[in-house]
Amino acid sequence: MNKKYSDFFNPEMETMTRPQIEKLQLERLQATVAHCMNSPFYKKRFEDNGISPSDIKTLDDLRKIPFTTKQDLRDTYPFGIASAPLDRCVRLHSSSGTTGNPTVILHTQKDLDEWANAVARCLWMVGCRPGDVFQNTSGYGMFTGGLGFQYGAERVGMLTVPAAAGNTKRQLKFFTDFGTTVVHAIPSYATRMFEVMEEEGIDPRRDTRLKTLVIGAEPHSDEQRRRIEQMLGVKAYNSFGMSEMCGPGVAFECREQNGMHIWEDYYIVEIVDPETLEPVPDGELGELVLTTLDREAMPLLRYRTRDLTRVLPGKCPCGREHKRLDRMQGRSDDMIILKGVNIFPIQIEQVLMKFKELGGNYLITLETLESNDEMTVEVELDQLFTDSFGRLQALEKKIARELHDEILVTPKVRLVPRGTLPVSEGKAVRVKDLRKKF
Amino acid sequence: MTVNQISIFIENKKGTLIKVLGVLKDAGIQLITTTIADTVEYGIFRIICDRPADAYEALMGAGIPAVLSEVFAIELDNRPGSAADTIAIFAEAGIGINYLYSFLLAGQGIMVFSTDEAQKASEVITSNGLKSLRSDMLSRMAE
Repeated sequence: MNKKYSDFFNPEMETMTRPQIEKLQLERLQATVAHCMNSPFYKKRFEDNGISPSDIKTLDDLRKIPFTTKQDLRDTYPFGIASAPLDRCVRLHSSSGTTGNPTVILHTQKDLDEWANAVARCLWMVGCRPGDVFQNTSGYGMFTGGLGFQYGAERVGMLTVPAAAGNTKRQLKFFTDFGTTVVHAIPSYATRMFEVMEEEGIDPRRDTRLKTLVIGAEPHSDEQRRRIEQMLGVKAYNSFGMSEMCGPGVAFECREQNGMHIWEDYYIVEIVDPETLEPVPDGELGELVLTTLDREAMPLLRYRTRDLTRVLPGKCPCGREHKRLDRMQGRSDDMIILKGVNIFPIQIEQVLMKFKELGGNYLITLETLESNDEMTVEVELDQLFTDSFGRLQALEKKIARELHDEILVTPKVRLVPRGTLPVSEGKAVRVKDLRKKF
Repeated sequence: MTVNQISIFIENKKGTLIKVLGVLKDAGIQLITTTIADTVEYGIFRIICDRPADAYEALMGAGIPAVLSEVFAIELDNRPGSAADTIAIFAEAGIGINYLYSFLLAGQGIMVFSTDEAQKASEVITSNGLKSLRSDMLSRMAE
């Protein structure tokens, strides 16, 4: 097959009809569940719940299987959930473990091959072809955005430039010297590269061959995407991946730029209410739950991703019937979602830490004021450096501005005297959500 | 010639004033005058007292963030219009006033103000023969 002349990287999988997808999913689900009995974790979990692989007769029977959580991955750290012996595994990726035990994901050679195929399918879908020059600005190493895109881009047959993260001037030199046409970058870094281009007098339209940008891994709005496209003169495509599901290549926008197709030959998608864990209808927001369908080393059954999204109803004009996911709307755990922006309390803490006048105690309050959701950040003034209201207010404004730069919304900042906020006893309450729920 | 003033950042909440005043009482500090400037969210409690350095130490030791600053205390003639005449002198010299309050001590009117242009204000005080007080002078008047 001459792939140069096909719109599909894998026509057989990409053009399946809904009944064909579901037939393949059931076959693969049954095989996966049977294979999971090689995992000490899953074997015990099935026994504890009185279910056996033969109970999975239809796709709906998936719901008999309990969810797998990140905590399960931590509890079985490092290899306790694997379904293949270690001597058949050729690579592992691990999370940083900033909030507990790190998590480890193992891969056999077949897993890596399929991962590369999945990423290649995504890149092909947005027009990448042999002859393109692909530059990856992701960190390499444990972070899956590096090697994941690397192998996928090679699989497409592009010339790859594994530039890795940072050194923006060098990135730009590669653009101009190597004729880079496709770039993978997080949205904020794409903006940063444009700023440096301006400083260096580089016009992306005139001086580079850039045409496609692959973005993701960082919450961003459609407006931001349009701005990036405008600045760089490219088409920018949103992507979704997570290390538990290999990494990049799980879901990707097609040229319609309207939702990310999730590859249903690789994953079964469920969207559940994060409270009741019951499925929600297409179009409704809920937590994304994924079951892997072709993994050897570490298949995961009904993995709660904690990402909030929805399945977009209706058919995509591109012809692919693989479901489309909306942009990730936030996290069902500690992430704050305000005005559609995902915010971690740690981001706010890091900004506050930079001000020597402030103490370590702070309180984030979310409330609905005149049908607008607002954030107030109260922080203790550790040292009184002035007795002028004007200077105190100027400090509040400066904090608000720096917070905006970090979290993209402008909170109201209130300085409070030392000792007036709840003291951290073990885990301090840092977020009070008083918003009206709809 | 200036006076030491202590400023404390306080929350608009019941019980905060008594906490601050209790610390000063325990340290044997005599207050000469106090004022509270308040906004919706917080207040600044300003204190002039007999031993400002000791008062500052006591407050900081009790975990109450305070700041010591220098303000001008001008003796006013006890007649209608003396405040206006005095302020007019500073206004003509182009000196901005951050805040101002006044009180009577031993029958004498005293006007306290803060400015960012202390050097210039001192010059104006001297050249116009205004009576500017020091902390120790206030303490003696309060005895």
